[in-house]
Amino acid sequence: MSDDTKGNDKSQVTRRKFLAGLTAGAAALGLPAGADARGFDEYFRQHFQRLDEDDLKVILKNMNEELSFKYGKKVNVKATPPIDNTVFGYALDLSRCIGCRRCVYACVKENNLSRNPEIQWIKVLEFANDNNKWQLLEHTNRYYDPPKVPEKGKFYVPVQCQQCKKPPCTKVCPVKATWKEPDGIVVVDYNWCIGCRFCMAACPYGARSFNWGEPHVPKEEINPNMHYLGNRPNYKGVVGKCTFCIQRSREGRYTACVEACPVGARKFGNLMDPKSEIRYILENMKVFRLKEEIDTNPKFFYFFSTGTGVKS
Amino acid sequence: MVIDALNDVLRTIKTGSKGYWAWVGSLAGIAVIGLLFYFGQQVPDGLLATNMRDQVSWGWYIANFTFLVGVAAAAVVLVIPYYLYDVKPLSNMVLIGEVMAVSAVSMCLMFIVLDMGSPERFWHLLPGIGIFNWPQSILTWDVIVLNAYLALNLFIVIYALSKIYAGKSYKTGFIWPLILLSIPAAISIHTVTAFLYLGVPARPFWNAAVLAPRFIASAFCSGPALMLIIFQIIRKNTKLEIPDKAFFKVGELITWAMACNLFFLITEIFKERYSDTAHIAPLNYLFYGLQGHDHLVPWIWTAIFFNCIAFVILLMPALRKNFLTLNIACVLIFIGVYIEKGIGLIFPGFTPDTLGEIYDYMPNTMELVISLAVWAIGLLIFTLGAKVAIAIQTGEIGHAKPSDH
Repeated sequence: MSDDTKGNDKSQVTRRKFLAGLTAGAAALGLPAGADARGFDEYFRQHFQRLDEDDLKVILKNMNEELSFKYGKKVNVKATPPIDNTVFGYALDLSRCIGCRRCVYACVKENNLSRNPEIQWIKVLEFANDNNKWQLLEHTNRYYDPPKVPEKGKFYVPVQCQQCKKPPCTKVCPVKATWKEPDGIVVVDYNWCIGCRFCMAACPYGARSFNWGEPHVPKEEINPNMHYLGNRPNYKGVVGKCTFCIQRSREGRYTACVEACPVGARKFGNLMDPKSEIRYILENMKVFRLKEEIDTNPKFFYFFSTGTGVKS
Repeated sequence: MVIDALNDVLRTIKTGSKGYWAWVGSLAGIAVIGLLFYFGQQVPDGLLATNMRDQVSWGWYIANFTFLVGVAAAAVVLVIPYYLYDVKPLSNMVLIGEVMAVSAVSMCLMFIVLDMGSPERFWHLLPGIGIFNWPQSILTWDVIVLNAYLALNLFIVIYALSKIYAGKSYKTGFIWPLILLSIPAAISIHTVTAFLYLGVPARPFWNAAVLAPRFIASAFCSGPALMLIIFQIIRKNTKLEIPDKAFFKVGELITWAMACNLFFLITEIFKERYSDTAHIAPLNYLFYGLQGHDHLVPWIWTAIFFNCIAFVILLMPALRKNFLTLNIACVLIFIGVYIEKGIGLIFPGFTPDTLGEIYDYMPNTMELVISLAVWAIGLLIFTLGAKVAIAIQTGEIGHAKPSDH
């Protein structure tokens, strides 16, 4: 507890003293090695939405120290709050997408996703244009691997978290470890998730990934610009998901997938801003959303700016 | 008095034939092996050590959980006829049925903990210091009803046995409303567990209203089937008297439950096959195979075949009242429903996954061994509990009056 936060209320101090007492007690009892003050504090850390400003300051400071030490470079974990009058929306131009998966790799890198076991938050589905016949999802291919894309007679549909207005995943969480922020981003508190995976059963878009094992990110590839609810390295046994690059978007930047797209198929912006590109697309293009019959009301739109998108 | 009683209970547990010790010893052995696998492999490696992946994110553990919620119903199939309709032949069975419910729900809770990615964070669920997302999350409802059902049965059994031990009747006063409450409680654990699945529109295979009634129907088959076999073993090896009539009565109840179960199955298959929408893929995957992925197909047809054969046996009074054929039917039903509620419900719910990928999940050795260990612990709880209950009911310890219970 640093001295510059004198003004905090007493109960917090008491709670911390209590925890310190617990820690000392545990040490005396010879409880788990490494159950030092910080470990204990981390174990008893409250849900993100219940942390007050001072709590959060201390937590972020400790986290920065730990992660900077672990990855050998200066890590900055922030908890940037949502911007007023901002709800993020996304649009993807299927007529442009060439299925190159640059978005997938940019996302992995930006979001510090585990390289081993491999986790990807964006999946690109390859559809075949089978005589203009509607294709069922189970006939698509997620693991296409031709020497060159786009392939003749194919089109590509990247899928990631659709940031639903009515997210089925947050409803089922027994501990409210996942929720929708005021800017429409569905986030996970990685320190609160108990790993029951009900949200994964409930998500109609396969947008949630579980850390089945201990996640590994090589030191030299770590992205030090992190957000508490976004791209900080995940833990074993918790669920993670796309957050519209919360560490970027809340600072007015594009998501990593938007920046990586070589053909400009990905559009991102503030749905509340009538002059934004995303609003232009919604007002002037024929857009659709995935699985509309479930009425999850995604803020992720698909559209065709030209033709059908099928490469010929 | 209390100390004497506890000593009697301990003595009962500690005295038994060679067969008893061999049984208890092997159960304990399996439990230890399972714990070694759990703490030696699953805890350090995480659930990566299982065959579950993002595509099929619940597997063998949740399958066993689901089946065992059904087994926990066994008690109610005795409780309703005995307490409400005064079917006397069931008198010696009913408390042991409740012991079975206690063991089954304990196993359910163990399977849930096994399946959690971060079980050490369980306190996040505790209202007050944690956050209990009730009433929104159906999982919190399940936590409530399972624990309530466990507490209710545990209390009723301990209370009744201590009364019988003291030579008194237990069916008086405040225990009545609790016994009555255990009936809707049993129904509620099935209903809520079914709601976990059927409330998920992302998984069309589960998103069917018939899931809940079918849950209850199949539960009223598998639990009592297991019970009929266990009670024959008990009757052979202890002084507890159970008339043949009691077995046949339960056999009859299973018959009608199986009739409902098969009827619901037909409505499920008809609805999907006849409407033939994009939602049919999981059903086809399960029953016929999808794009060459057909490893569940032999299992489900075996289950249906077993259930049908058992139903035909039970339907004929002559065969239902013959212990050889009755036992065959019970074994077939137990296996049939075990496959149906596990392999036949959980795995195809995830296959193909929400983006159409087909991942052929089957549990690996570690999952099988750990699950077996949970069964061993559950059977151990049941064995010890039933042994004490029998000793008290037969007057081996305490002061039971034969007419009283």
